[in-house]
Amino acid sequence: MYNKTAVIAGIVAFLVICSSPFWCGFSSDSYKKPEIVTQKDKNKECVEDVAFMRAEHMQLLNEWRDQALRNGSRVYVNAKGKKFDISLQNTCLKCHNNYEEFCDKCHKTNNVEPYCWTCHILPKGSK
Amino acid sequence: MLKSLLVVALVAAIAWLGASAGLGSLFGVVLPYVAIAVFLGGVVWRMVYWAKSPVPFAIPTTGGQEKSLDWIKQAKWDCPDTKWGVVKRMILEVFLFRSLFRNMHAEMKPNDAVNGGPRLVYYSSKWLWVFALLFHYCFFLVFFRHFRFFMEPVPACVGFFEMLDGMFQIGAPRFYMTGGLLFCAVLFLLLRRLANPRVRYISLFQDYFPLWLIMGIAGSGICMRYFTKTDITQVKAYIMGLVQFHPISAAGIDPVFFMHVALVSVLLAYFPFSKLTHMAGVFFSPTRNLPCDTRRTRHENPWNPEKNFLTYPEYEDMYREAMADAGLPLDKPLEKKSGE
Repeated sequence: MYNKTAVIAGIVAFLVICSSPFWCGFSSDSYKKPEIVTQKDKNKECVEDVAFMRAEHMQLLNEWRDQALRNGSRVYVNAKGKKFDISLQNTCLKCHNNYEEFCDKCHKTNNVEPYCWTCHILPKGSK
Repeated sequence: MLKSLLVVALVAAIAWLGASAGLGSLFGVVLPYVAIAVFLGGVVWRMVYWAKSPVPFAIPTTGGQEKSLDWIKQAKWDCPDTKWGVVKRMILEVFLFRSLFRNMHAEMKPNDAVNGGPRLVYYSSKWLWVFALLFHYCFFLVFFRHFRFFMEPVPACVGFFEMLDGMFQIGAPRFYMTGGLLFCAVLFLLLRRLANPRVRYISLFQDYFPLWLIMGIAGSGICMRYFTKTDITQVKAYIMGLVQFHPISAAGIDPVFFMHVALVSVLLAYFPFSKLTHMAGVFFSPTRNLPCDTRRTRHENPWNPEKNFLTYPEYEDMYREAMADAGLPLDKPLEKKSGE
């Protein structure tokens, strides 16, 4: 092998960089999917079903913002035909009032920083 | 061209159908592990193979003047004659793709005012350079952003680049510029091969295949983020399971995710055995990593046979006394023994 030191240094650097997530995975505790506290009243239904809300809540919130603030219409009709008042403070946060245990847990582990709170006031129980 | 598209489409379709049929663990566990092993092993094998190959000639092909006499100006960036100069040229090559900056384009102008007729014009076409830069940097940033799924806690620099990338705060989930630009850049690189007849003539299956593959990867990723959606908290738990070597069930994850993973796995496994190894190869290119000092130092061919000849000084050493006796001229005169 020619230029042994440089080549071996390159190979080691390549292997270390490419396998870094595995090393970090070894050194930290085994990952657990965050358990969120959904709401106090288990009988109440959310505006849409769980699967939809999990995947699409951000898009729904974005649409709600546009509908309420840009079009001035504050009525949302869900898939079942039920009507809801479009409002983060009065509809969403009424039930999901635990910001740290509900919003923050998943957002933190997935490194999501929603810009809800550049206009809205952070709910109580947050930093 | 169509054959490579067909292969990529087939991989995507098999993965999508397989995952829909409940074979998620095959496409989501076995395939990625095999692909990563092949990728790491393959690239190391490549590097060792190249490092073992001798370089018979010093071939630092350059576009500038080699270091010569003092009054001839040396092209320092293109034609370095020191190790440090070569390192500088390599850094610029790796990070800024300087050789693509010199992408020569020949064009026949039918009615040239100067010639009063047709004229051949040469110029450096920068489009390839611009889109190659855009493509590579966007791809890197897209890959780097994915570390939010591979690591817990997520490193702060990932958040910083996400913030920059989604700076315009378009929609929710925020639109990432690099994703869109990556797709556009790959599209340009593909259209370049199709639109330019000379490039099209030399393009083969192995030129189109990675482009389609990357397009499929970017497309399925964009699709998952903005259109079809999937529960990313479940995805993160799933990927962390892979990273920490205790895979969890694939239930509850959209088949598009497994299509994305399968395409990435194919790209990784294909990487070491294709032109994509230019990632490692650029460091092993004799035209890039040798200093341009061919007029000053002798490059020894490593496979030269054993020396079986005498140099003149050695010859003279052997026959000095006889030569002195015969009165022949000597480079190194015979030392007179004391007392004679």
